[in-house]
Amino acid sequence: MNIDHDRRFDLTRVRWLAPLLRSRWPVVLGRAVTLAGFVFTILAGLLGTPIGGRNFAIIFVWIAWWTVLKLILMPVAGRSWCSVCPIPATSEWLQQGGILQRGKGVGLKLRWPRRLRGQWLQLGGFAVMGLFSAVLLTRPSATGGILLALLLGATGIGLVFERRAFCRHLCPIGGYIGWYEQLAPVAVRVRDRDVCRGCVEKACYQNCQWGIFPAALKDSFDCGMCMACIQTCPRDNMALWARSPSRESEEAARGEGAARRLDRAWFGLFMLACAPVYAAVMLGPWGSLTEAAYAIGTVAWLRYALAFLTITLGVGPGLFWLAARLGWLLGGRSGSAKRGAIHLSYALSPVGLAAWIAFTMSFAFANLSYVWPVISDPLGMGWNLLGTADWAWHPYLMNVTPLLQVVVLAGSLLWAALEVRRIATSRQALPVLAYASLLTAGMLWLLI
Amino acid sequence: MNRLKMPGTPWLILLLAALTAMLVPVPRTYAPQDRVFRVDASQFSFNPGVLAVNPGDRVTLELRSTDVVHGLYLDGYGLSVVADPGQTATLTFVADRPGSFRFRCSVPCGDIHPFMLGRLRVGPNWLLIRAMALIAITVVWSLVTGVTTKPRTQVAIV
Ligand SMILES: [Cu+2]
Repeated sequence: MNIDHDRRFDLTRVRWLAPLLRSRWPVVLGRAVTLAGFVFTILAGLLGTPIGGRNFAIIFVWIAWWTVLKLILMPVAGRSWCSVCPIPATSEWLQQGGILQRGKGVGLKLRWPRRLRGQWLQLGGFAVMGLFSAVLLTRPSATGGILLALLLGATGIGLVFERRAFCRHLCPIGGYIGWYEQLAPVAVRVRDRDVCRGCVEKACYQNCQWGIFPAALKDSFDCGMCMACIQTCPRDNMALWARSPSRESEEAARGEGAARRLDRAWFGLFMLACAPVYAAVMLGPWGSLTEAAYAIGTVAWLRYALAFLTITLGVGPGLFWLAARLGWLLGGRSGSAKRGAIHLSYALSPVGLAAWIAFTMSFAFANLSYVWPVISDPLGMGWNLLGTADWAWHPYLMNVTPLLQVVVLAGSLLWAALEVRRIATSRQALPVLAYASLLTAGMLWLLI
Repeated sequence: MNRLKMPGTPWLILLLAALTAMLVPVPRTYAPQDRVFRVDASQFSFNPGVLAVNPGDRVTLELRSTDVVHGLYLDGYGLSVVADPGQTATLTFVADRPGSFRFRCSVPCGDIHPFMLGRLRVGPNWLLIRAMALIAITVVWSLVTGVTTKPRTQVAIV
């Protein structure tokens, strides 16, 4: 079998999978499909019916795609979406001078400014999207507009800066997927580091669209799973591995992992705090809260915006920081309090992923049946292409969803507790686990 | 792990505690009553948004729409009713499924129609209470047993 001494499984050696990973065509074709869908979605959003529930843009982006991304693609295959994402497609083709080439194309290819590196801009972008989410999720023209802006923005950035600068430093969804990619059961990594020692051409780096050095990868945050390194390494030394979802934290605990960073920690804590806020706004019985989030520009919305930013950027991460600090004090002030807090925030990432999955279950299962009429009448113009235009709305799985949510959230808390206890004594762990429990309990109270 | 001899023992304890929390029987005897609620539906909320009854109660919802056509679909029961503008529509049922259920507008009534939600609580929300017990068990267990996946280090923090 292909399981090496290190408890990982080489998917690149699986007979039926290898040709797919080693060929450029799956990604090219995948992108062709997503790009066509993306352009159609923009047109549907801007030109189709203004009724959200009948417009392809709303239903396919926020019910179909967003759900598949969070419930399937991210937990199973990390950044797999990023490899076929249509948003940077045009800029990448321009940079390469063609769709299949890896040559010299157009663009200034500047380095991304040092000061703007990291996840801070993505954090800001996600927060701003949060302020407008109630409108974004329901008004087709808003969804069409933001998708168009993302496409144009990515193209513009790609013409000025090198490679996937947009994806790495600006795309809010890119940061969101990247943070939880640490938990993905698959990852691109080198086979044998010794083989790289004599390597001078560094084809993996030359061909990496994300501008990282794949042979030295220690965490997956910036790996877009485009497989270019696997395809171009002259020594066949890059591979796609199935691995334990805890692997990155195991390596970090051994001191072999990538540097753990404050910007990413904050991004993770921010998204952890976002989940209950979204659950309250979009799934709670408080009509005035939902209406405030929707009524952009009003005083009620300003209050909501202020509360949203305060809770997600301040209160959530702040409470966590206090908890980590308290643990540091209880644990006898050993080591650096800041470094400890950053490591502990990574350890809570399973709770964040589970909170988003649980939130998505409530929202998506209830509204999934909007998909069928929209397939037949994507623009809301009275068509009936597949005969499903009159299929009635009906929530799915409402009887089992609460139990599933308990399993997912309690399971994730157990996972996080194991991660925390790997790096912290029980005294150091207690306050942080109390914070994680508070969030898990809050999510469950809102959801079930 | 040092406190318990077999490596599997802590996991067995966790499993048993979790199963106990999820499966322990709870008292469910209430004298059934007739309950009538008048619920106003308007863009985009139900008023009152939260209703509470006991299991076995005979529940009548008088849904009155104050603006456009609204509906009320009750999760878990799969029941629904639609009220025309200014009209009252009535839904009567026996609340024989205990738990906490969302009800939602079932007729597209505007932009944030998908977020027009309310809640019906039928008895205490035992699933939530069990889940809270599960959370407490998980945390206490992880602190007491110190079980973790390998490699175990405190280097990163200490
Ligand atoms: Cu309504």
